[in-house]
Amino acid sequence: MVLQLVMAPNWCGCGVASANSTKISTNAFKMSSNRFNFSKPYPGRAYRVTAYYSLTTPPYELDALEPYMSKRTVEIHWGKHHNEHVERLNKHLKTSAFYGHTLEEMVKATYNNGSPLVEFNDSSSVWSHDFFWESMQPNGGSMPKGGVLDQIEKDFGTFTNFKDEFTFAALSIFGPGWVWLYLKKNERKLAVAPTQNAISPLVWGDIPIIGLDMWEHAYYLDYKDDRSAYVNNFLDHLVSWHSVMVRMMRAEAFVNLGEPKIPVA
Amino acid sequence: MQPATACASSGLTIPWLRRCSSLRVKCSTSQRAHCASTSTADTAEPIEPIEPIDPIETDPEPDPEPFKLKPLPYPFNALEPHMSKETVEYHWERHHRGHVDSLNAIIQGTEFAEMELENMVLTSYNEGNPLPFFVHASQVWNHDFFWETMKPGGGGNPSNVLKYLIERDFGSLDELAKEIQNAALTQFGSGWVWLAYKAHRLGVGNDINPRPSKKDKRLVVVKTPNAVSPLVWDYYPLLAIDVWEHAYYMDYENRRGDYVSVFLDKLISWDVVSDRLKNAMFRASKREKMEKREMLLDKMKEAKLRVKAVDLRPTPKARPKMKRRQY
Repeated sequence: MVLQLVMAPNWCGCGVASANSTKISTNAFKMSSNRFNFSKPYPGRAYRVTAYYSLTTPPYELDALEPYMSKRTVEIHWGKHHNEHVERLNKHLKTSAFYGHTLEEMVKATYNNGSPLVEFNDSSSVWSHDFFWESMQPNGGSMPKGGVLDQIEKDFGTFTNFKDEFTFAALSIFGPGWVWLYLKKNERKLAVAPTQNAISPLVWGDIPIIGLDMWEHAYYLDYKDDRSAYVNNFLDHLVSWHSVMVRMMRAEAFVNLGEPKIPVA
Repeated sequence: MQPATACASSGLTIPWLRRCSSLRVKCSTSQRAHCASTSTADTAEPIEPIEPIDPIETDPEPDPEPFKLKPLPYPFNALEPHMSKETVEYHWERHHRGHVDSLNAIIQGTEFAEMELENMVLTSYNEGNPLPFFVHASQVWNHDFFWETMKPGGGGNPSNVLKYLIERDFGSLDELAKEIQNAALTQFGSGWVWLAYKAHRLGVGNDINPRPSKKDKRLVVVKTPNAVSPLVWDYYPLLAIDVWEHAYYMDYENRRGDYVSVFLDKLISWDVVSDRLKNAMFRASKREKMEKREMLLDKMKEAKLRVKAVDLRPTPKARPKMKRRQY
């Protein structure tokens, strides 16, 4: 989140409102004199603090995921697509009733139980892409350890079963979509689901654990139409089991995954 | 041409003799000498063996490929530099062919295999509840349409009726381009952008326009998601732009707007679009006439009038009138 100091008319009606009221960014303050002046540059106006979303940086360099995801792909995917969603979301928020919501709240509310409102696509895309960059790490992949592995084996049988299910779900999507490993709150187990366009398990109230972008822009430059290679490389070399562990730990605060293992002396 | 006959006496074939084999052939001495001297391998035409008649197949196997991938109307590199050879190759060879193969795999042996493609698209759409092979049938149709909409050295301006309708319904070609751009940029995810001829008919019996005007049939810009096309809404598509990312990602990366504007400036074949418009207008007016006639027939039936059988045959050629005899 970025706080932006914006000049705006005082909503409570007091103060002088002139015909030339415009929003001015902090860079364009008109100083009455050269020395640093703490007083308000425009008399009779109140300040309103506004907040919009900004583009979060992936927790690694743009070329860190080579050779499984090229630098150019990450540059365009993050710098152009993800950025475009953030900018469009901010544009919506200037006039939207959902201004001030957290991103997760906004995704659930704007999904509107299947009749999505206009902010849904952009807010969900922003959330999903943030989640996606954090789901990956350089030198990722291989096997999870400890509790995560136990939970996966409990819910899928074997780790290979989970990989097969994940890959099958990813390849079953027609058109743009995402594939998720998520924790079902009611059934208290992990599951895999594919979704269309920008939908995520947040809209039906469950907790996402891994998200993989299956839109063509995520893999076309590197793999062209070979989606199975993309998904296999993601699972074998890119997925960040560390972030999975962190997300499972957080999810345990909301979902009771079983009796705690209290060590017996 | 009769096959070469064999000489009755020498048993050698006689190329110059073309007679029914039932006749006995008598060779003169010189001919026999000729036959004997020359080897049959050089002069004689080979006797064609009688081909065995194939047994009539009582239960023919279903055609494993009811639909074939239609070849492109131009080579892969013909659309350079606006659409690279690699893009066209991958798009046609992998994506388009993939849909053809998937469609064939699903419909092989079913009653759908006999259908025309357009009919199959409408049937499988099933009014919003699509059957599993709708996406493949529709994408095959869409891609065929898309390749034909483009041509090497395309662009320019539309002419005649198309130009008139564009100016009547959009204002100018630039306005149309702007609307197409807008549709392409607001299509979230994958899909297609179309210019379609819309006849504004609902296809129900009491669809009567209280104030009919010439503008009822007009051009519209529509965008559709994933594999849907305006055929399912009863429009007549005129041009299609594929805004799935695989169509432009290698050449334009994320700049969908640039791709669409280059398409309209440099790739589109306005001739093809004009032909489609002519066809669409003809079909639309014919359909309207049929619907009006059906409505009228229904009305007459309701009023219990005797319905005259209408002769739909074309008017016979005018023959010279016979003179009446003067009695």
